Amino acid sequence: MSKTKITVAVSGLNATDNPGPGVPVIRALRESKDFDCKIIGLAYENLEPGIYMPQLADKIYQVPYPSMGSDTLIQRIEYIHEQEQIDVIIPNFDAELYAFITSEKRLKEKGISVFLPSLPQFEDRHKANLFEYGQKHGILVPRSKNITSPSEIVSLKKEFSYPFLVKGKYYDAYVAFNAEQAVMYYNKIASKWGVPIIIQEFVRGTEVNVIALGDGKGNTIGAVPMRKLYITDKGKAWSGISIDDEELLKITHDLLKSSQWRGGMELELIKTADNKYYLVEINPRIPAWVYLAVGVGQNLPEALVKLAMNMPVEPFKTYDVGKMFVRYSWDMIVPIHQFQTLSALGEL
Amino acid sequence: MRLKRKLAISENGFIFDPTTGESFSTNSEGIEIIQMLNQNKDEVEIKNFFMENYEVDESTFEHSYYDFVTMLRYFNLTEDEQN
Repeated sequence: MSKTKITVAVSGLNATDNPGPGVPVIRALRESKDFDCKIIGLAYENLEPGIYMPQLADKIYQVPYPSMGSDTLIQRIEYIHEQEQIDVIIPNFDAELYAFITSEKRLKEKGISVFLPSLPQFEDRHKANLFEYGQKHGILVPRSKNITSPSEIVSLKKEFSYPFLVKGKYYDAYVAFNAEQAVMYYNKIASKWGVPIIIQEFVRGTEVNVIALGDGKGNTIGAVPMRKLYITDKGKAWSGISIDDEELLKITHDLLKSSQWRGGMELELIKTADNKYYLVEINPRIPAWVYLAVGVGQNLPEALVKLAMNMPVEPFKTYDVGKMFVRYSWDMIVPIHQFQTLSALGEL
Repeated sequence: MRLKRKLAISENGFIFDPTTGESFSTNSEGIEIIQMLNQNKDEVEIKNFFMENYEVDESTFEHSYYDFVTMLRYFNLTEDEQN
């Protein structure tokens, strides 16, 4: 059977020590049994490694950061679409999701499909709302409180015992063992990401993660649980292993059913010594370790493209347990003209 | 004492717990104990086997055996430590 030719635009080519999912997503699409993909790489920075990886993307376009305004970003996408006739976009960068979610209709009218959570789904699972989200969907979530001033920290001892977590609304989390540390971390995070700062109960246990894809109708198209084996100083998984955790899969299936989740997601949970699972974060997109899912038998990026194109998708029922991923760094030698062309023309 | 049913145990002493992703290694005597536990042999049967096949006295074996079994429990490799 011949493969369907499609054009897919993918962002998140930053295969760095804080990796974006773009490179493994493209790798997964290249291995698709049903699609012959032309890949358009969308780069925010001209030194994202995925730009220069041989045979990865067919064409690269620079795009403006979403902080310049959703409209500016979407206008650039429309320009790229005029050149390349994009069928599907897979946004992989947290900060751009809002722009793509709110522009889904506008993109669809141009002929571009995305498969993303709805705006309420996206907003509901924000870190600052996670405790209420857990209550709504029947999942344990560590107690938390949003604060907007460091002066509130002193009075926290009535509600929280040390240690507790001090978290930013988008990124960063530190364990504070006393009020002085909590104030220090508050200021550090607030200066970078703003307020509120989230104070969260510290739950001891092992971190476990699940990558999942929901069809938006309550069905789980695929899900693979993973335990991190090697964590970088940025808290990113540099190595991990697929695990056979039935309870974790049940939690995932139940959540996708009750939330009617549409698109890729990553659940981050803490499993305690008494086998309780506490949800600590939901990332509303495919995570950077997605290639492990492909390696264990679930090509979730391919399935996501099918969902975006309204094609039938058979849910994955199994995956290989005990398969590991191990990342590595690799120096590419890049002719200056590639960097120069991208810098000067915004495309390569 | 029963070991977790899903444990993958290789002949070279590598033990993989697929439910947690954790792995361990043990020596050949450890593997022998694990294999006997998997065959539902009790402590007396295991002790008799070791005293017949190794130069070890009862008290030394018991000391080492309890150490080993405590470690299996500590690492959650036993069924009775579940739930």
